[in-house]
Amino acid sequence: MSSKKIKNKEIRAASLLEKKSTRRNFLKGLSIAAAAGSAALTTGCIPAADAASTEELKLRWQEFFKKNYRLMTQEEKDATVARLERLSKLNANLDVQMGSYPPLDGVLYGYAFNITRCEGFMECVTACVKENNLDRKTNTQYIRIFEMEPGQLDPSTGDGQYYHEVPVDNKFYMGTQCFHCEKAPCTKACPTKATWKEPDGIVVVDYDWCIGCRYCQAACPYYGRRFNWGKPEIPKEEVTRRQHYLGNRIRPMGKMEKCTFCIQRTRKGRLPACVEACPTGARVFGNLLDPESEIRYVLKHKKVFRMKEELGTDPKFWYFID
Amino acid sequence: MRALHERNLRTFLTDVIRWNLRGSLGVQLFRLVLVGFMGFGVYAYSYQARYGLSVTGMNDIVSWGFYISNFTFLVGVAAAAVMLILPAYVFHDPDFHRVVIIGEGVAVGALVMCLTFILVDLGGPLQAWHLIPVIGIFNFPSSILAWDVLVLNGYLLLNGLIPAYILYSHYKGRPADERKYRPFVFLSIFWAFSIHMVTAFLYQGLPARPFWNNPLMGPRFLASAFAAGPALITLILAIIHTSTTYKIDRSVFNKLRLIIVISAIINLIMLFSEVFKEFYFPTHHSISAVYLWFGMDGHNSLVPWIWTSVCVNLLATLVLAFNPGKNNPKVLLPACLFLFVAIWMEKGIGLIVPGLIPSPLGEVVDYLPTWVEFSVTLGIFALGITVVTWLIRAALIIEQNYSGV
Repeated sequence: MSSKKIKNKEIRAASLLEKKSTRRNFLKGLSIAAAAGSAALTTGCIPAADAASTEELKLRWQEFFKKNYRLMTQEEKDATVARLERLSKLNANLDVQMGSYPPLDGVLYGYAFNITRCEGFMECVTACVKENNLDRKTNTQYIRIFEMEPGQLDPSTGDGQYYHEVPVDNKFYMGTQCFHCEKAPCTKACPTKATWKEPDGIVVVDYDWCIGCRYCQAACPYYGRRFNWGKPEIPKEEVTRRQHYLGNRIRPMGKMEKCTFCIQRTRKGRLPACVEACPTGARVFGNLLDPESEIRYVLKHKKVFRMKEELGTDPKFWYFID
Repeated sequence: MRALHERNLRTFLTDVIRWNLRGSLGVQLFRLVLVGFMGFGVYAYSYQARYGLSVTGMNDIVSWGFYISNFTFLVGVAAAAVMLILPAYVFHDPDFHRVVIIGEGVAVGALVMCLTFILVDLGGPLQAWHLIPVIGIFNFPSSILAWDVLVLNGYLLLNGLIPAYILYSHYKGRPADERKYRPFVFLSIFWAFSIHMVTAFLYQGLPARPFWNNPLMGPRFLASAFAAGPALITLILAIIHTSTTYKIDRSVFNKLRLIIVISAIINLIMLFSEVFKEFYFPTHHSISAVYLWFGMDGHNSLVPWIWTSVCVNLLATLVLAFNPGKNNPKVLLPACLFLFVAIWMEKGIGLIVPGLIPSPLGEVVDYLPTWVEFSVTLGIFALGITVVTWLIRAALIIEQNYSGV
C-alpha cells in the first residue's frame, strides 16, 4: 500500500476522533458497526475498510431483516424497492427503475406454443436472457428449444443442444419454460413460502426470502427453475434497467429464479420478451379470462395439448398444431 | 471425584468438559486430527461462502449432491438408535440397558451432522432464520422439508435431553426417575421412525422424479437404517470394549448381529423388488435406474459405484448371516464395516444423484463432487465424531464412577 493511501486513512481516522461525540452519535456508531459486521457476514467475506460506505451497510442491514414480500404493506414494498435501487447505484453505479406493481384485475395469464410454426431460431432465448438479466457467465436460460424427430411429442426425446442452421428438413421444434402450473408442485415444496402463485397466475420467487435449499427445483417436473450457483454476471451496458421486485431484478447469489412471464412487462400490458421476439409468430400470450383474447381463440379453435398432463399440475402453457 | 453436595448443573458441565480435555497422548493426537479436519472443512466452506455453490460439482440438473446424500444416509444412522432404545426401555433387556446411552450418543452425533449438512447445502445460509416459526414463515404442513426440520430438531432434543437427565441424576448420585422420562422414551421411539419416514417422503412425494416416487422408499429407508446404524454401533462398542475399562457383554454383540442380519436381508429383498420393477418391463420411468445401473449416452460414472455397493452389501450380509468365523470378531467386525460403507454408497450418492439424472427434459450429465464438497464433508464427519466421543466419554465416566454412589 502506498504511503499516500496510509496517510489519507490516518487523516480520516483523526477527523473521526475529533468529531464531537454525543450519545446519539455513539448509538449511531454502534449501529453502523453492527451493520458492518452483518454486512461482512451477508457478503460472506470481510469487506475492505473503505470498500463499503456506511450508507450501503445501513441499507444492507435493513434489507437483511425485511419481511417476505407477501407480508409487506405497500409502504414497505416501496421502501425495499427504493433501498434496492440505491444499492444498485452504490454497488454497480447502475440506475435502475424497480417496481412492485400488483397484478391487474380480472387477468389470468396463459401461454400457447405453435409447434407447426416454430423453426428453432432461438430469438426468444436471446430476448429472454437480455430482458431478464440472466447470468451470462453460466449461460442461464429459462427457455429451452428442442429439435424433435417426427413422430415424437415429448421434448425429452429431442435434441436440446443443437448448433447448426435451422430449420432442418423433417424436424420440428418445441420450446419449454416454466409452465406456471395452477397446481404447482414447486410452491407446495418450498419450506419458507418464498415461492407462490400470484392472483394473475404467475408463479414467482421472492429472491430475498428464498434460502436456496433447491427443493422446488427437485419438485419441478418441467425443469422450469434455475439456481444462482454463483454471483450472476451481466455486462453493465446490457443490464435491463426497468425491473420488477418479483421479476428481472438482478438475483443475489444462492437463490432460485425462474420465468415470470416477464412480470415487469406483462403487468404493464405489454407482451413477454419471448413473444415479442419470435419471428415466426409461434408464441401466443394473453389473458385467459378475456373471451376475445388470442389465447382463448387458440384454445377454442386449435387442437391443443399440455406436457406431462398425467401429473395433474395443470400448466397454463399449451402446445398446438396448425 | 467431587463430593456429593458440591455437585450441581454447573459442575456437571465443567466436569464433562474437563474429562474430555484430559487424556493420553493417543487421545490428544486423535483430537488434534479431528480439529485439523474440522479446520480444513471451515476453510473449504469459507471458499463456498464467498463464491457460492458454484464451487461444488452441482448444477441445475444435479441440484443436490454429496451433502444431501450424506444427510439422507445419516438420518438413518440417527434413527437406528431406536434399535437399542426399544429393547432397553420397552422390553427391559438388561444387556441393552448398559449400551443404550451409547446408541443415543451416536444418534445425537448423527443428527448434528445431518443439520450441518443441510446448512452447508443452503444457498443462503444466513437466511436460514426464515424457516423459524414466528420470526420467519414455516410452510407447514404443506412442505415436507418443513416437516423434516421439525422432526429432526425434535429428535435431537429428545435424544439429547433423555440421556442428559439420566446421566445428571446418576451424577448427582441418585437413580433416574423412570416415571419422568419413560413417556419421552416412548415418544422418541415413535419419533425415530418418523424422522426416517419423513426424510423418505421428502423424495417419495415428488412425482417429478419417478426414481424416487416409489412407495417402497420409506420402508426401505428404515430397513437399510436398521442395518447400517447397528453395524456402526457394533463397531463403536467394539472400540469401547477394547480401549476402555467399560466392558461390553458378548450377548450384546450377538443380539446386534441378529438385528443387522434381519434388517440387511429385508433391505436386499426390497432392493431386488425395486430392481425387478425397473427392469422387467422398463418404461420411461425407468431411465434413472438405467442410468444408475448401466449408464446412458456414454455417461456411466455411477455404474461401478452401484455394482460395488451391491456386491459388498451382499457379501457382508452373507458373512453376518452365516457367521463363518463362529463369532470371531475379526470376521464379524470387518463385515459390519463393509456393510456400513456399502449402504452409505447406495443410499447416499446411489439414491440422490440418479434421481436427478436424466433431467425432466431428458438431459444426461455426470456428477462428481469437488474438493470443496469432499473437504466440507470430511470436516462435518470430524465434527460428528467429536460430538459422539465427547458424549460417550462423559457418559461412561458417569456410569462407571458415579452411579450407585
